[in-house]
Amino acid sequence: MAAVHGDAHGHGHDDHHPSGIMRWVTTTNHKDIGTMYLWFSFFMFMVGGTLAMGIRAELYQPGIQILEPELFNQFTTLHGLIMVFGAIMPAFVGFANWQVPMMIGAPDMAFARMNNWSFWLLPVAATLLISSFFVPGGAAAGGWTFYPPLSVQGGLGVDLMIFAIHILGASSIMGSINIITTILNMRAPGMTLMKMPMFVWTWLITAYLLVLVMPVLAGVVTMLLTDRHFGTSFFNAAGGGDPVMFQHIFWFFGHPEVYIMILPAFGIVSEIIPTFSRKPLFGYSSMVYATASIAILSCVVWAHHMFTAGMPAVGQLFFMYATMLIAVPTAVKVFNWTATMWRGSMTFETPMLFSIGFIFLFVIGGFSGVICAIVPIDIQVQDTYYVIAHFHYVLVSGALFALFAGAYYWIPKWTGHMYNETLGKWHFWLSMFFFNMTFFVQHFLGLAGMPRRVPDYNLQFADFNMISSIGAFGFGLSQLLFLYIMVNCIRSGEKASQKPWDGATSLEWTHLPCPAPYHSFEKPPIVK
Amino acid sequence: MFLVVPKICKISNHVGGNMRSKSVVTWAGVSALALYSSMAVGSKYNFPEPQSVIAKDIYDMHIWLLWICLAIFVGVFGVMFYSILKHRKSLGYKAANFHHSTMVEVVWTAIPCLILIVMAWPATKTIIAMKDTSGSEMTIKATGYQWMWGYDYLQGEGEGISFFSKLSTPKAQIENKAPKGENYLLEVDNRVVVPVGKKVRVIITANDVLHAWWVPALGVKQDAIPGFIRDVWFTADAPGVYRGQCAELCGKDHGFMPIVVEVMAADDYTKWVAGQLSASVVKTSMHIENK
Repeated sequence: MAAVHGDAHGHGHDDHHPSGIMRWVTTTNHKDIGTMYLWFSFFMFMVGGTLAMGIRAELYQPGIQILEPELFNQFTTLHGLIMVFGAIMPAFVGFANWQVPMMIGAPDMAFARMNNWSFWLLPVAATLLISSFFVPGGAAAGGWTFYPPLSVQGGLGVDLMIFAIHILGASSIMGSINIITTILNMRAPGMTLMKMPMFVWTWLITAYLLVLVMPVLAGVVTMLLTDRHFGTSFFNAAGGGDPVMFQHIFWFFGHPEVYIMILPAFGIVSEIIPTFSRKPLFGYSSMVYATASIAILSCVVWAHHMFTAGMPAVGQLFFMYATMLIAVPTAVKVFNWTATMWRGSMTFETPMLFSIGFIFLFVIGGFSGVICAIVPIDIQVQDTYYVIAHFHYVLVSGALFALFAGAYYWIPKWTGHMYNETLGKWHFWLSMFFFNMTFFVQHFLGLAGMPRRVPDYNLQFADFNMISSIGAFGFGLSQLLFLYIMVNCIRSGEKASQKPWDGATSLEWTHLPCPAPYHSFEKPPIVK
Repeated sequence: MFLVVPKICKISNHVGGNMRSKSVVTWAGVSALALYSSMAVGSKYNFPEPQSVIAKDIYDMHIWLLWICLAIFVGVFGVMFYSILKHRKSLGYKAANFHHSTMVEVVWTAIPCLILIVMAWPATKTIIAMKDTSGSEMTIKATGYQWMWGYDYLQGEGEGISFFSKLSTPKAQIENKAPKGENYLLEVDNRVVVPVGKKVRVIITANDVLHAWWVPALGVKQDAIPGFIRDVWFTADAPGVYRGQCAELCGKDHGFMPIVVEVMAADDYTKWVAGQLSASVVKTSMHIENK
């Protein structure tokens, strides 16, 4: 491409694209598609958040006040599905779209038209999910894990969910093939694999995980569909099937899935910590190996979600040991981040605050993860609020905080404007305070015996639930501040210099202006 | 636990009077123990008071792991927050440029491995004990239904007893039309009754969808799977009423199918069995003659 255009600035045919709505429908530009992914995921984050507010409002006091039990179950189910498949995953793909080509010095993604297609599948799937609330029988109500036989009982809403998952899965598989191809084939000359930025490394590994497990998910929902409508008995004991087999197949997808949502977060944090410590990432190669080890181990630990389903003692021991082992590469990552900060020259802008908040709270989620890995303790806390607390510590203060960190970090590159630093810090501290208020007390609820997915509870759980609900409302409102900060930045933020972060070293900061031009790196940079 | 604390306090006062350096150590020990004990008593922040060997093992293991986690937490974040406080640009601190050390990486890979082995060892022993349902003195089958539990006494004293156990909290309380009682949502019409100190094996299955039979104080939770049976065991340490709930989403009234186990002294249990058997018409006369 560079040879054809030969533009001195390395970005030739700027802005030759349709305008208005057709720009977005037909675009094959990685930046446009990245932007759409990010706005889409934020919209879904708001939808999923609204459902969470409904859940916490019902749980504010004992007794049934707002949501009838059946509707409550629909809320919890769709909250989980929308947050996982609609908010967190597309947000990371949005980051990959924007950042991977710029960070490896490529002009665009490898399959630009497929990129457009993988995005435009998402609104279709989201429509199916959200509209399922309004069909007879309502939305799926069997939890985001939709275990049969309960999910065989549900109505049309379950079928809509199955189709939505098929479509989302197709989108994810295409997106990850695109990312793998881009990273493996389109790196700038001189950028060897072991010189890639950590964010690119984590996404490469994540994309492989996605290609591995999304077809498994597609398979299991298809089996569920045929069990529901076409007389098969994969999961029905009366017909020779086994409901527990569903759980094995689901979690073979589901456990790598949680690492799919956290590895790119590790990548973002591994970019930000060195930048604001003004010091190179400590132990780059061990970070790469740790990421790969986590990904490989994540494929052999799935049954730790099923300790109470009943399995032989050797099975429990194997899955317990394998799960505990994941703590080792994860700990190595935390130590490396700490060593990167050690004797750095740190400043604490919003991206850095969210990254430190990420490490701090993710480690708490990691500890509760180790506690959950211990089978006898898991027997007590499985399907209680303890588990809810655990996975929100790794997914909200883990994945989501890293997404916030990344958004503040790269928004100057994307828009050419700086965000309001004071408001950004407010956003961080409010999120930090209300997040812990919401979820820390849930550890106690779980230990004391409150099951998850219940709309009502005994009076002994009343005060912690009230605290948690107030925290959740505060956390939800704080995210409107994020929306305001971002819109304000795009419309009227201060002009950003090419490199507003003096410690940044990756290509998008060293080689491209702010905002990055519509077409960047048509002529690849030389990496030494 | 209430008894333990004053006793140790007394000793610590005594020692503290003799030697000062020792008293500091003792104080630290006492406060640690007091913290431990307050955790044990305040079940609001922790597992309910354990009532079986397994539940006790789980309880102690959890506390022990929390201490390990706390130590690691203090270590890691001690270093990180020291760095955050001291190594700031605003204090004029100049960044070093080190970025690699194989030795350090090996060390901090090995240490977590060792800690994990220490954690896994007691857990392994407990898992093997939990799985051993042999030598039970009686067997009860629990069947999950949408939304109640069915119990059949299959073997041992009480064989032949069979009943359903449903939530007994009045609907008015759930709909906020009547004040809620102490055991709101944790009370049933027919309790499962077992004798104290006997190894009870519970066979668990379900009739329609997945459920889970869970009694926290006894350290027992097992999914109930339609078409399959699983078994667990417990030996209750003391008479009392222990409450739990269904722990696997089973539809609309998942939150409204509690489990209540009443543990009785041996002779009370015998009386309860007699009452149950004489109340039921079928099969009972033979049992009573045998006694």
